Amino acid sequence: MATRQTQSLAKIMRAPAIILLLIWMIVPLGMTLYYSFLNYNLLNPTQTSWAGWFNYQYFYTDPAFWDSIWNTLILVLGVLCITVVGGILIALLIDKPIFGQGIVRILVISPFFVMPPVAALIWKNMIMHPSYGVFADVAQFLGMAPVDWFAQYPLFSIILIVAWQWLPFATLILLTALQSLDGEQMEAAEMDGASALSRFIYLTLPHMSRAITVVILIQTIFLLSIYAEILVTTNGGPGNASTNLTYLIYRAARLNFDIGGAAAGGIIAVVLANIVAIFLMRAVGKNLD
Amino acid sequence: MARAVSTQTKIGWTIAAWVVALLIFFPILYTVITSFKTEQEAIAGFDLIPSFTLQSYGEVQTQNDYIRPFTNSVIIAVGSTILALIVAIPAAWAMAFAPTKQTKNILMWMLSTKMMPAVAVLVPIYLIFLNTGLMDTRIGLVIILMLMNLPIVVWMLYTYFREIPGEILEAARMDGATLGQEIVHVLTPMAVPGIASTLLLNIILAWNEAFWTIQLTTTNAAPLSAFIASFSSPQGLFWAKLSAASTMAIAPILIMGWFSQKQLVRGLTFGAVK
Amino acid sequence: MGAITLQNVRKSFGDVEVIPGVDLEINEGEFVVFVGPSGCGKSTLLRLIAGLEDVTSGRILIDGQDVTDAGPAKRGLAMVFQSYALYPHMSVRKNIAFPLKMAKMPEAEQKARVDRAAKILNLDSYLDRRPGQLSGGQRQRVAIGRAIVREPAAFLFDEPLSNLDAALRVNMRVEISDLHNKLKTTMIYVTHDQVEAMTMADKIVVLRAGRIEQVGSPLDLYNSPANRFVGGFIGSPNMNFIEGEAARRMGAHSIGVRPEHWRMSTTEGAFPGTVGVAEHLGSDTLLHVELDSGENVIARAEGEFPVHHGDKIWLTPQDGRVYKFREDGLAA
Repeated sequence: MATRQTQSLAKIMRAPAIILLLIWMIVPLGMTLYYSFLNYNLLNPTQTSWAGWFNYQYFYTDPAFWDSIWNTLILVLGVLCITVVGGILIALLIDKPIFGQGIVRILVISPFFVMPPVAALIWKNMIMHPSYGVFADVAQFLGMAPVDWFAQYPLFSIILIVAWQWLPFATLILLTALQSLDGEQMEAAEMDGASALSRFIYLTLPHMSRAITVVILIQTIFLLSIYAEILVTTNGGPGNASTNLTYLIYRAARLNFDIGGAAAGGIIAVVLANIVAIFLMRAVGKNLD
Repeated sequence: MARAVSTQTKIGWTIAAWVVALLIFFPILYTVITSFKTEQEAIAGFDLIPSFTLQSYGEVQTQNDYIRPFTNSVIIAVGSTILALIVAIPAAWAMAFAPTKQTKNILMWMLSTKMMPAVAVLVPIYLIFLNTGLMDTRIGLVIILMLMNLPIVVWMLYTYFREIPGEILEAARMDGATLGQEIVHVLTPMAVPGIASTLLLNIILAWNEAFWTIQLTTTNAAPLSAFIASFSSPQGLFWAKLSAASTMAIAPILIMGWFSQKQLVRGLTFGAVK
Repeated sequence: MGAITLQNVRKSFGDVEVIPGVDLEINEGEFVVFVGPSGCGKSTLLRLIAGLEDVTSGRILIDGQDVTDAGPAKRGLAMVFQSYALYPHMSVRKNIAFPLKMAKMPEAEQKARVDRAAKILNLDSYLDRRPGQLSGGQRQRVAIGRAIVREPAAFLFDEPLSNLDAALRVNMRVEISDLHNKLKTTMIYVTHDQVEAMTMADKIVVLRAGRIEQVGSPLDLYNSPANRFVGGFIGSPNMNFIEGEAARRMGAHSIGVRPEHWRMSTTEGAFPGTVGVAEHLGSDTLLHVELDSGENVIARAEGEFPVHHGDKIWLTPQDGRVYKFREDGLAA
C-alpha cells in the first residue's frame, strides 16, 4: 500500500535485480538446452551437427551415468542422515546449561567456514592419509592395520568430509529452533506428567520439524552439487566409485570436451534439483505471509 | 525461566559438550598446529606440540606466491558482494516498502534461480568466458559470483527491511523528506546492522566458493579456493606447507564467521528459521 | 488556516472498495474525531487526507486549495502515528527537529522551536535521550512534539493512545485536549474508542464500512442518533435494543434505551425481569437483567441500588428517553 508515485519508483528500483537474474537464468540455461541436442566436441568443433535425443540416450545407456546417479543419492542421503541426527543431538547438548557455551558454539560452527578444497585436503592428508594421517596413528596405537580410506572406501570417505562440513550448519539451525521453544510449555508438560523422552517426542521434535525440513532441503540443494571435495580427494575414482552427477558432467565437459553430452547431463541435473526446489520453495513460501 | 541446575549435572554436560566440540574442531586445530611444524615433524606421527617455526609460511609465499591468490580472493569476494548490494538494496527497499501482488512471486522466483545447479550452466558459461576473454580474469569471477549470490542478498536485505516499521518511513515522508532523504537519513541508519551482516555472510560465501573459481581460472585470477585445490597432488605431500597455506586461507573467514553466526541462520534459510 | 474539505472521496484497493464515497467539511480550528469499529475505513480516510495513499476518485481541499495530487510533504499537515514512528537512531531533539531540518530551517530557529515544543510537552530533560530510553507516554509526547514544531495547518492523530495503559491514556487525553485549546489548530483524531471521541471532539464523524453514518457534536450523537448503529456505538455501556411486541406498541421496529435511562423498581414497571450479575461500584450500580420477554439488558442506577443475583426487578424507560428505530435501522 503506497501512493502511485512510490509504486512507480519501486518499479524502477526493482528492475536491475530482476533483469540481471532473468538474463542469468534464461541465457545460459537456454544455451545448455540447445547444446544438449548437438553433436559438439571442442576437440572437433567443425563437425558439429544436430544430434536429436542422442546425448540423452547416450547418458541413459551409459553405466557411468547410473553409477553417478546412485553415488549422488548415497552421498546426499548419507550426509543428511549424519548431519540431521548428529545435529539434533549436538544441538540438544549445547542447549543444556554448560560452562563456556559461547566457545563451544564457536568450535562446533567452525568447519562450516572452511572452504571445500581446504576441508578435503585437511581430511585427505592430515586425518585419513594411510601412513601419516591421525586415523593411521590411532590404528597403529591400537595395533590395527591402517586403512587406505580413499582407495578402499572412497564414497564413504567423501561422505565423512562433507558431513563434517555440514554438521555445523544443521546444528546451528536446529539449535536456533530449539532455543525458541517456549519454556512454559515444557513446564506445563512436566506438570502434566510427561517424561523427558515423551516431552522430546511430543513437544521438542514437532517444534523443530520446520527447521529440520529446512535443513534437509537446503543441504540437499548444496549436496547435489558437491564438486571440489571429489576433485581434491579421489578424482571420482577408483573407476566411477566416487563420481557423482556433477563430477560426471564436469568430466564430460572439461576432460572429454564433449559439450553436447555435458549439456544433456546439465539438463538432467536441473530436473533433479528442481524436484527438491519445489519442496523447498513451499517451505520458505509459507513464511512469507 | 531457567531452573537452577546442580553444579554436578552442569559439569557433566559441560564435559560432554566440550569433548564433542573439540572433536569437531580437531581437524582445524591440528592443521593450525601442523602449520607451525617442520616438514619432518609433520610426518613424524601424532604430536600436538609443534616447534613453532614459521618456515612453512615463508615457503608458501616464496615458492607459490601466496599473496596473489589472497589478493584475488579479497577482490573477488568483496567486489562481488558490494556489487550485489548495490543492485539489491533498491530492489529490497521496493519489495519491502512498496509491495505489489507480484512481490511474493518475484521473491520466490529469485530464490529459484539459486536452486539451479551450477554444473547445469557450466558448458555455456565456460564457452562464453573462452570467447569473450573473461577466462581467468577477476572481473569475470566477480560477475559470476555476484549473480550467484544476488538472490541471497536480496532475500536477506528484504527480511531485514521488513522489520523496519513502514510507519517510520511514512513519518519521514510527512516530515517533508524526499525519497533520497528518506533512504539516507532514516532507512539506511536503521538498516545498518542488517546490511552489515548481509555483507559479511556473502563475503564468506563468495570467499569459499570453489566450483566457478576452479572452472574459470588458471593462475592469474585464481583465488585461494582454486589455489588450494591445486595442492591436491604433488605439493600435497608437504604436510606443513599445506597446513600453512590452509590456515592462511581459512583464518580470516573463520574469524568473520564467528561474528556472523546469528545472521548465518537467517541468511542461509532465507528467513525461514530465525 | 486548516479548513479541510473532502468531496466525494473514494478509495479502493484492487477490487475492494474501502471508502465508497465521502463528503466532509472540517472547519478551521475544529477538533474532529473519526470513530468506528475496526475496519470501518477511518484510518484509511486519515491516510488519504495525509497523502500517504492516493484517492481513487474525488477531491481533497485544504484551505480551498486542491491537494488531491500533492505528496504528503506538500500538504502542510503533521501526523502522530499509532506506533509513534520515532526515529530510533536519533536523539529526542533530533527527532523533533527532523521536519525543520528537512525544511532547511536555520539552526537557531530550529533550536528555538524545539525548545519551545519541549517546554510545552515537559520534555526539556529528555532531549538528549534516544526514543528507546523513554516510556510510552514520553514517546507519545515526542511524537506530538515532532508534529507541533512544524506549525502545521492541521494535526492528524492515528489512534495515538492505543498503545498506552489505561491510566496514562486518560492523562494523555486531557493533555491533547489541552494542547488543542492552546494551539487552536485543526485536529483530526482517529480512534475506535467512543469515550475518547465523546470527551475530546468538537465534532464526531461516525464511520461504518467506509460510509459516514452521522456527523455531529458529541451530545447531538448521544441525544439524537441518526440510526441504530450510532445509537449502539455511542455511550457506555451500550444502548439496549428491544424488538418485537413492546417495540410495535410504540410504533417502531425496535426501540433503544440507554442503561442510564431506566427507572428501576422492585415492585412494578413496564418490563419485568430477573437480575443476573449485579455490579456494585459504589458510585453507581450496573445490573445485567434478563427480561421476562427474553432480552438481556443492562441498567445503570446512580449510587447504590440494593438488589442481588436472582432478585426480581421491573424496568421502565424514563420519559422521552426511548429511541425508536425503523426496520432499516434509521431513527423513526
